[in-house]
Amino acid sequence: MTRRSKMQTSFWTPGQLGAQLILLLSTIYFLLPLVWVTVSATKSNDDLFSTFGLWFSGNFALFSNIHRLFTYDGGIFTRWALNTLLYAGVGAAGATLFATMAGYALAKYRFVGSTAISAAVIGAVLVPVTALALPLFFLASRVHLVNTYWSVLLPSMVSPLGVYLARVYAQASVPDEMLEAARIDGSSELAIFFRISLRIMSPVVVTIFLFQFVAIWNNFFLPLVMLSDDGRYPLTLGLQTWNTTLATSGHVIYNLVVTGSFLSIVPLIAAFLFLQRYWRSGIASGGVVG
Amino acid sequence: MTVSDQAKVQRLPIAPGSGGDRHVVSRPSRMRGSAAPYILVAPFALLFVFLFLVPIVYAVAQSFGGVKRVGLLGQAQTTFVGLANYQGVLHDPAFWHGFLRVLEYGAVTIPIEIGFALVLALLVDSAVVRFRHAYRLAFFLPYAVPVVVATLMWSSLYEPDFSPLTITLHWLGLPAPDFLGPGTVLWSMANIALWIWIGYNMIIFYSALRAVPPEIYEAARIDGSSELSIAWRIKIPLIRPAITIAFLFAMIGTLQFFNEPAILSVVSSAIGTDYTPNYYAYNTAFSGRQYGYASAMSIVLALITTVLSFIVMRWSAHRARQAEAR
Repeated sequence: MTRRSKMQTSFWTPGQLGAQLILLLSTIYFLLPLVWVTVSATKSNDDLFSTFGLWFSGNFALFSNIHRLFTYDGGIFTRWALNTLLYAGVGAAGATLFATMAGYALAKYRFVGSTAISAAVIGAVLVPVTALALPLFFLASRVHLVNTYWSVLLPSMVSPLGVYLARVYAQASVPDEMLEAARIDGSSELAIFFRISLRIMSPVVVTIFLFQFVAIWNNFFLPLVMLSDDGRYPLTLGLQTWNTTLATSGHVIYNLVVTGSFLSIVPLIAAFLFLQRYWRSGIASGGVVG
Repeated sequence: MTVSDQAKVQRLPIAPGSGGDRHVVSRPSRMRGSAAPYILVAPFALLFVFLFLVPIVYAVAQSFGGVKRVGLLGQAQTTFVGLANYQGVLHDPAFWHGFLRVLEYGAVTIPIEIGFALVLALLVDSAVVRFRHAYRLAFFLPYAVPVVVATLMWSSLYEPDFSPLTITLHWLGLPAPDFLGPGTVLWSMANIALWIWIGYNMIIFYSALRAVPPEIYEAARIDGSSELSIAWRIKIPLIRPAITIAFLFAMIGTLQFFNEPAILSVVSSAIGTDYTPNYYAYNTAFSGRQYGYASAMSIVLALITTVLSFIVMRWSAHRARQAEAR
């Protein structure tokens, strides 16, 4: 069979040619905006308007753009980047820990309320973050939490999808015999979880963390409704604010919007390239739509 | 090989609720009287109640209230107005106009999103293609891009004056469309959403296809079936659960359509404050400060979403039973 398929690939039938062409054109489509933003981040503000968008200009301005980006308006971009790291890092860490604990408990114990929680989690997976942003805002304004770090951080720590993934993984990979053995050795239930089960579940822990990290990093609606002080903005909201001023200010900071966009996707793309295995396993078991 | 390596998540069910409970590998322990499970579940459960359930209940409560301005300074005071907000929403032409726009948008984009993703997944999965790994990566990269940044990038490519797309079209002697005009901006936004989600769905379908043992279609191949008919008759039916869940998520996302209109409204005057139901609810809450009315809109939208999701799930369960019976 392998010999036959090798033979097939050496002859390019019309069907195979068509397939390769579709894939090639699709690749161009998916990479086009990324190529544009990479090329454009190297251009000065004037060159952005006067040179062709998909090729470099003679003047390599990436470093001066970056310098201006980090010094503009008292270095507010640095602030936004640190805020994003705080929201995405701490939020995802909290969400992952709580989801793993809950998913493990739902998989390995039968207790009062466990069926109800499992059902609620599955229902909640279907609720998109955009649908929840306004109700969260109404509640936060009632308890005077709007425009605080907590108003974005706390909702980011709830991951029903994470609970679902952790539960399914624990059911399949944490053997009951091992838990029994640990109990006979005299370990307490919590010690078993933190010393043994958590280690076995480490692949799903990484997957949950990655998905939640990207979901928080990409979230727009929640910080938009919650935050009014731009010192607490994440990158996405900050870039959008700059973008809003472009129309009135005559594009004087257009290169900052472009370079800022470029820098804000570099870490995520790097995370994708280095941690592909975890993305695939998360997606294969259900996936999320932000 | 460690235990964790053997338990690859790929073997797990595709759809939430599609068998997590039924395929319990081992019997849950009966630790009667132990506080451990409650301690483990407590942090998630508390946050879930206060940041998921309570906001929804609070929005429902708020939807029965209206704002009355009292006194010389016009201070806002909330009063109980019963179902008045719901009556208002049900008779609000702007809300339903936006809803129809979202339906039209979904009717066009969801089939493209699912169909395109399926074609790419089948092509990359088929034996004839090289550079599988590179293709998968290229298609999946847009998912790593925040929607704000994706919209900023595409809006620069839509810009009438210096967009490389416009320049290239002119250079080829072709007329360039006004990407941000009233008739086109909806489809320009559709393109952004498709750009983000096609690759994501493609990876879901591809993972599902890889989980199918090749022996299943090897026989058909030996019988002389074409790759196309194997894809249509064997592969697609086998990954139907993955397709259904992708469809469901795409539909829910479409009904809640918010990000692209909110971001593109800066560069396109064709996007009004009531462009989509969710964007309308946002503007009603923020510019209008009418929390009760905005809550009622969110809830009507959530109810419609729930009913449609339920129909989709029932229909797919029905189809699955039919397929089993055959």
